[in-house]
Amino acid sequence: MSLVNYATREITCKIVYYGPGRSGKTTNLHHIYEQVPEDRKGKMVSLATQTDRTLFFDFLPLDLGMISGFTTRLQLYTVPGQVYYQTTRKLVLQGADGLVFVADSQARQLGENIESMQDLHANLSEQGVDVRTLPLVIQYNKRDLPADMTLRVPELEDALNFRGIPSYSADAVHGAGVFETLRGISEIVLRKLSAPAMAGSK
Amino acid sequence: MSHIESDPRYRFETFVVGATNRLAVAASRAVAQAPGSSYNPLFVYGASGLGKTHLLVAVGQLAVQLHPGLRVRYVPLDEWVDELHAAVASAQMDAFKARYHEVDLLILDDVQFLAGRRETQSEMLRLFNFLHRGGCQIILASDRAPNEISDLDQRLLTRLSGGLIVDLDMPDYETRVAILQRKCEERNARFESGVIEAVARLGHGNVRELQGALTRLVAFQRLGEISVTARNVGELLGADPVPEPSVPAVSNEFGNFLSDITVAVAQHIESWRARLSEAVATWNARGYRTASLERALSGQDVPDVDALLQAFTASVARLQTLERNAASDPAVAGSAAFRDPERLAEAEAISAAAPGVPRVAQQPAGKFSRDTFETGSSNQFAVKAADAVVREPGRRYNPLYIHGSAGTGKSHLGHSIASEILASSGGAHSIAVLGADAFSQELITALQEGAIERWRSRYRSLDVLVLDDVQNLAGKSGTQEEFFHLFNALFTEGKQIVLVSDRVPRALDGVGDRLRSRFEGGLVVEIERPDQELRERLYARALSALGQEPSVDLVTFLAGRTPATATEIAEAAKQLVQLAGGVRELTVATAQSIFGKTRDGVDTQRPTQRVVTSRVQVIALEDGSFFLPADKTIWDWPDVGGRLIEELR
Repeated sequence: MSLVNYATREITCKIVYYGPGRSGKTTNLHHIYEQVPEDRKGKMVSLATQTDRTLFFDFLPLDLGMISGFTTRLQLYTVPGQVYYQTTRKLVLQGADGLVFVADSQARQLGENIESMQDLHANLSEQGVDVRTLPLVIQYNKRDLPADMTLRVPELEDALNFRGIPSYSADAVHGAGVFETLRGISEIVLRKLSAPAMAGSK
Repeated sequence: MSHIESDPRYRFETFVVGATNRLAVAASRAVAQAPGSSYNPLFVYGASGLGKTHLLVAVGQLAVQLHPGLRVRYVPLDEWVDELHAAVASAQMDAFKARYHEVDLLILDDVQFLAGRRETQSEMLRLFNFLHRGGCQIILASDRAPNEISDLDQRLLTRLSGGLIVDLDMPDYETRVAILQRKCEERNARFESGVIEAVARLGHGNVRELQGALTRLVAFQRLGEISVTARNVGELLGADPVPEPSVPAVSNEFGNFLSDITVAVAQHIESWRARLSEAVATWNARGYRTASLERALSGQDVPDVDALLQAFTASVARLQTLERNAASDPAVAGSAAFRDPERLAEAEAISAAAPGVPRVAQQPAGKFSRDTFETGSSNQFAVKAADAVVREPGRRYNPLYIHGSAGTGKSHLGHSIASEILASSGGAHSIAVLGADAFSQELITALQEGAIERWRSRYRSLDVLVLDDVQNLAGKSGTQEEFFHLFNALFTEGKQIVLVSDRVPRALDGVGDRLRSRFEGGLVVEIERPDQELRERLYARALSALGQEPSVDLVTFLAGRTPATATEIAEAAKQLVQLAGGVRELTVATAQSIFGKTRDGVDTQRPTQRVVTSRVQVIALEDGSFFLPADKTIWDWPDVGGRLIEELR
């Protein structure tokens, strides 16, 4: 999927929130949804199970309006975190322009975080995507929980962020760090806008 | 020159950022952090009193703070115009230009005053081009967008719009409150609650008016005559409060996010303007019209820049081919159609109607072939070099400079190089072989006919140029200049140049140093007068060609005689056969009876003076004769001209 369509003058970025179950991906989207003025938000599509965990996926289209003559849209997706929804995860990942890995800061969730990160790498490589070239940021969510329940950020970094990609602390329930994360991934994705043009010009 | 540049009031820290100016502030900061690399030029526009000047000065201050030593110049346009006029009046234009050429960051305020000033605009365009080429950052501020400045030169408009254009708008209510609070803190003023908000709602048209209102309130309060309350603010300031439309209290999180994304998108998307501007400037400089690119540039729609530039470049390449084809027809050569991609169809028609370019300017003479060139130890080195040139024209020894006394076969070798290259390319190469006199004469003719461009383009499209009798360039300054440019053009393109002369480059009196040094920069080889062995072979060949079967004795006798050069030998052989009157088998006796008995003067005919011109010759020669056995001599000196000869100098 092309990020910039010069013919229709549209920029569309697909950003996928990835991570283990109950790490707060949908909460991120909910917070964003609440902040968006009515005229700019599309309908948030959320298919959830009775236990409120994402079954298929959340989809939040954001219309950022005309920027430099381009209709700019962000499409935010979440994947179901639970291990058994592998097929859905692969489907949602297709054509992603950027990824946010939402990690659960709780100490007892460390194994699930690592497993999910490995799952992400496996799914991407299966789709022929080089994870080193795909924009990716990590969000350490639930930083509001008591310190004795959570791992410190350096510990999480050691376990999950061996590539030294940008990472953000967040408390998605209260909204802290949600937009910082979105801004971070959006800017990295948008940076790619000029990359092909540069290559063509020289 | 104002001192506004160091005014502490005009800093980024004192600039209240809101949704309506966030982009402008972000872009300005980016410029201050990396002048010349992000948005160049940055054009900030907005109504009066919204902080343009504040922003501009803040950029200058931050830039200097981050990059000590950066030469920043802030100048309002009218001040610049005054300086320009003063410079014109006092004939100090050079000093004026120098002053502005020496800046790294030029901040021009109030550029809307360029409207209608054509001469000022041209001077500005020149300055702009100079600075932009040098990577100098330019920031401009105006009360309107570039395309709204009336009567603005199209080229200047293109350049002003070539970077990022950002606007400043009246701050929203929240920002107005923030500005007022900041001002109160600066002035140590306190108002009862609600006053600031009431002032912010008064509907002032710009920030300057807003600050003026606050100043009045501060004065009222300080003087103690009237107590300022939220209710009487409107009355005191003589205005009715305009109620702010009630908007749901949405957190500004999304707004901030949107502003940041806008900056990021603008940064990447707007780069198309920069690329197009660059292309326009480049092609204009080469004399091509760029109307199609300029239209795309001035439009609001974002074009497919890659496709546009590709199409343009392809059109120009086609035009260049067509122009070359039509170059031989003085009536159409140089037609403007060849410089305008939009008139490609017209150019095609012109070119189709014009007679084609003669592929070969001056053909090598067929009689001077490589086969008929006798090789001996006295010319072996030159021949080896010539063969190397034939194998890889333009890549091995360029230029190849062959020198030797008259009649030693220099011209023959020069022609043979040309014909060999022509043959090996299957006739595809465009080759010229001519003498310096002929070259000069052609130039004069071209000047007379007013066809100098056509003449030039014909020579510049050559693959191989062999210039004989280079010494005849002496004293012809016009020819030398023309040849100098031709030499550079061909050399740069990797086209082979062969120079033939009767003397070494440094002995070319009356030829400019710039040419001589270029000649010496190649490989300089000498063809010596033939030695006994070569003379024998030359006689044998010459007599055979005349239907004789000369005996060894006869050839040995003849070779020992005075005539010593290849030309003289050919001449002598002809003379001998004629004078012998059709004798089938010439003998030594016959020859003696015709030429006399003595083996006179052979040695005195040998060159007594030799100027060793290059290291290569030092290697090859000893005691004036070529003695090194071929298998011990290194013939292949990669880039020998560039290294050895340069070293020797």
